[in-house]
Amino acid sequence: MSGGFTRIPGKDCGFMSVCEISAGVAGGKYSASEITEMYIEKIKSMDDGIGAFLTVCEESAVAQAKALDEKIRSGKKPGRLAGVPVAVKDNICTDGIRTTCASRMLENFIPPYNATVVEKLLSEDAVIVGKTNMDEFAMGSSTENSAFRITKNPRDTTRVPGGSSGGSAAAVAAGMVPAALGSDTGGSIRQPAAFCGIVGLKPTYGLVSRYGLIAFGSSLDQIGPMTKTVEDCARMLEAIQGRDDRDSTSYMGEYQQDYAGRLGRDIRGMRIAVLKEFFTDGLDSEIASSVNESVRRLEGLGAAVDEISIPAAGDGLAAYYIISSAEASSNLARYDGIRYGYRPKEFADVDELMEKSRSEGFGAEVKRRIMLGTYALSSGYYDAYYKRAQKYRKLLRSQMAGVFEKYDLILGPASPVLPFKIGERMGDPLQMYLADVYTIIVNLAGLPAISVPCGISRDGLPIGLQLIGPHFGEAVILQAAYALEQELKLEL
Amino acid sequence: MNYETIIGLEIHAELKTKSKIFCGCSTQFASEPNANTCPVCLGLPGTLPVLNEEAVRLAVKAGTALNCKVNHMNKFDRKNYFYPDLPKAYQISQYDMPVCTDGAVEFECGGRQVKVRINRVHLEEDAGKLIHLEDEPYSLVDYNRAGIPLIEIVTEPDMRSPVEAVTFMRMLKSILEYCEISDCRMEQGSLRCDANISVRPAGQKEFGTKVELKNINSFRELQKALEKEEKRQIELYRFGESHKIIQETRRWDSGKGRTVSMRSKEEAHDYRYFPEPDLLPVIIDEAAVSAIKDSLPELPMEKYRRFTQEYGLSGDDADILTGDRHLSEYFESTVSEGAAPKTAANWVLGDVLRMLNESGISSSEIPVDPVRLRRLISMVEEGKISNTAGREVFREMFVNGGSPEEIVEKKGLTQISSEDAILELVRKVIAENPKSVEDYRGGKTKAMGYLVGQVMKESKGRANPSVVNELLTKELNRA
Repeated sequence: MSGGFTRIPGKDCGFMSVCEISAGVAGGKYSASEITEMYIEKIKSMDDGIGAFLTVCEESAVAQAKALDEKIRSGKKPGRLAGVPVAVKDNICTDGIRTTCASRMLENFIPPYNATVVEKLLSEDAVIVGKTNMDEFAMGSSTENSAFRITKNPRDTTRVPGGSSGGSAAAVAAGMVPAALGSDTGGSIRQPAAFCGIVGLKPTYGLVSRYGLIAFGSSLDQIGPMTKTVEDCARMLEAIQGRDDRDSTSYMGEYQQDYAGRLGRDIRGMRIAVLKEFFTDGLDSEIASSVNESVRRLEGLGAAVDEISIPAAGDGLAAYYIISSAEASSNLARYDGIRYGYRPKEFADVDELMEKSRSEGFGAEVKRRIMLGTYALSSGYYDAYYKRAQKYRKLLRSQMAGVFEKYDLILGPASPVLPFKIGERMGDPLQMYLADVYTIIVNLAGLPAISVPCGISRDGLPIGLQLIGPHFGEAVILQAAYALEQELKLEL
Repeated sequence: MNYETIIGLEIHAELKTKSKIFCGCSTQFASEPNANTCPVCLGLPGTLPVLNEEAVRLAVKAGTALNCKVNHMNKFDRKNYFYPDLPKAYQISQYDMPVCTDGAVEFECGGRQVKVRINRVHLEEDAGKLIHLEDEPYSLVDYNRAGIPLIEIVTEPDMRSPVEAVTFMRMLKSILEYCEISDCRMEQGSLRCDANISVRPAGQKEFGTKVELKNINSFRELQKALEKEEKRQIELYRFGESHKIIQETRRWDSGKGRTVSMRSKEEAHDYRYFPEPDLLPVIIDEAAVSAIKDSLPELPMEKYRRFTQEYGLSGDDADILTGDRHLSEYFESTVSEGAAPKTAANWVLGDVLRMLNESGISSSEIPVDPVRLRRLISMVEEGKISNTAGREVFREMFVNGGSPEEIVEKKGLTQISSEDAILELVRKVIAENPKSVEDYRGGKTKAMGYLVGQVMKESKGRANPSVVNELLTKELNRA
């Protein structure tokens, strides 16, 4: 273990799992209060060195834990996540708790409502301990676009934790929480999970409600769990998924209920496709060999692995930046300084009020995407950009659906590069965008995918493997990820 | 040189739903500012719209009433623009796949058979309202209206005069009211209308340059604004300055009675429409459309035809009656209770309308039961009370309630038809008005009217006027 990880003498929670805590609290082995206090202490002592949190909600977390202990004492059955401290990415609305999107624009925004996922966590008796840092409005791959602070990778504090859910990834990797929520529009859960050596799942579009998730690219955004282990990931997913009447894009069909219960199943006969387009020139050789090693191990467990090609997969990046930026340009238009959010002290009239609010309230990357998206939707350019990107998206979806007629999973690296140095890529947006090249096709196709640790580089940096499933194929993904996790037994 | 005027309309009507189109907030008019708002209609970060199906149902109803094709699959789009009354900085609307298309309404106007084709009916959300304060450096925003469901009805340029446009609007208003789609209160803004107008020399095939007129708040203003703009454009043509008619949006200033340029085509917004990713496409099956079609009431045009043919009413009477669904229903109830249609129409268009206007009560809440009106009509027809007394009874029923029989009894309004009783009064009047009697006999027949009036006065209006006339004539001519 390198970097800023320190253990609390005498009172060490080490890396307790979601399962351990919830079982222990429900069974009376620990009180929720003692767990909460322990983690809050850990955050307080560690986070100065990591910078994962934007807000620590000590008071409300302690009160919540106390109420839970009371509930258990009175004999009531606690929820599935009893006493589990959870960190929530700061683009997910929390009632009465500042939700900033790591932007000046929303620096003082306190939502009067909870996101559906937060309500679900609370109803399962999880304890919300804080809000985590991110790239502003989830735009970025290193968390360096936060308006407030840099988050360091707990594995090597000179390096970025990935992004945009870098705060959540770092908090889990450092053991400051056993689980966190992230959001993934083009890889924002999976890439930081890979960079920090944890598990991160981007669910099928529609599986988890987006109500209360501050929108970036509405047709791509999904909230998902970030945890130390695959089993914890499954438990978290069970808690946060489900039909939500407040989200019209919420899945109307049957939801699989017991992901964790199916993890131990044999993967013998599982058909896995290795995507040729993932193994390009830009791929780091250590990552390539680590992924190849995982393929051999999965074969050893009885999986049948073939190399396949999805011709459209190579063009994802352009389509992704057009669609996500177009949607973002519209989603972020509401921040005009009129009703809430950043507003300049002086302005001559309403037009200047809006202009100044937006030019002073947003950071450079956000403005870049708004301009890109506005351009792509402009009359005269719509057909050449937005419409063409949507056509491509359809094509990609059908090509990927074709693969899932023959295969259970698609396999590849989660990121082409190892965690890079803080500041290294900030001057070069295109290099930064390339960090998402393996993850974006999943969002464009609305598919579920996980990033699970599959190796450690010579320099001790974590490497993540991506497993992509068919729509609502979370159970298969988790099953394969679990098998690999148990097989590799990485010392992370 | 003659000129032809071409007019097309874009009408916004608020739908009569209980809650807003994408959230559960009330649509109640005139609530406290911002009382009917929630995180969704305020567009707070992270919130999402959920479609109110009743709004779709009403839009389909409007489309079928306007003879449109209902699009079984339609979708919502975002119309992007910045304005302080628009909470999300985009309006959820329908762009290239509206709920209904290709309809038509036909009517007659000034001897011309007019067919106004309906290009489309689409659903969208309303914006809030800015309140500008005099003497204050700031404005206020009321978002109660933000998210109220609207339909936008777009016509083809098929109207040829301001009067035709107003006639179409009246027609449309009564259709929307009949079908209970909208309240259509122009003064409250629940029915709004923008007009596109151009003129061209008679015989020219191509349309002239069109101008869009906004901020029209009543039928009268619609007519005035169109006439003013028509005149402006024709004058520019007459002076050979037709190139000065540019494609622009002009605002109608009702106070000054003129239109003022707002923005030209070059300054027009690029709304950057794209499909709303937060909503699924709307699928409407044939069964739902049929059910809505079957639920349509008799429409004003059909009712007009029936009133003129079945009841023999004049076109004007039928027009006024069928222009208001409630009034026409009140009329029909009175007829079905046994009143003669023409007499009933006279009462409804006379005393009923007068009392409604006087009291400000809406035609949906006429306080006199049609059965009682019918009984009142019978009493007048049978000569039990005079016409004048009948009107007094109606007023009493309207204001204070009660049955016509009770009121006649209480007020002693029974008509006197007995010749003996009337003769007595006639003789008294002749005795007391020698001057008028002399005038009459001297050939001034006008004096007769005065004397009749005096007899009526003596009888407190109860004497049967025809008996009075007959006896008075007889008495005057005898001596």
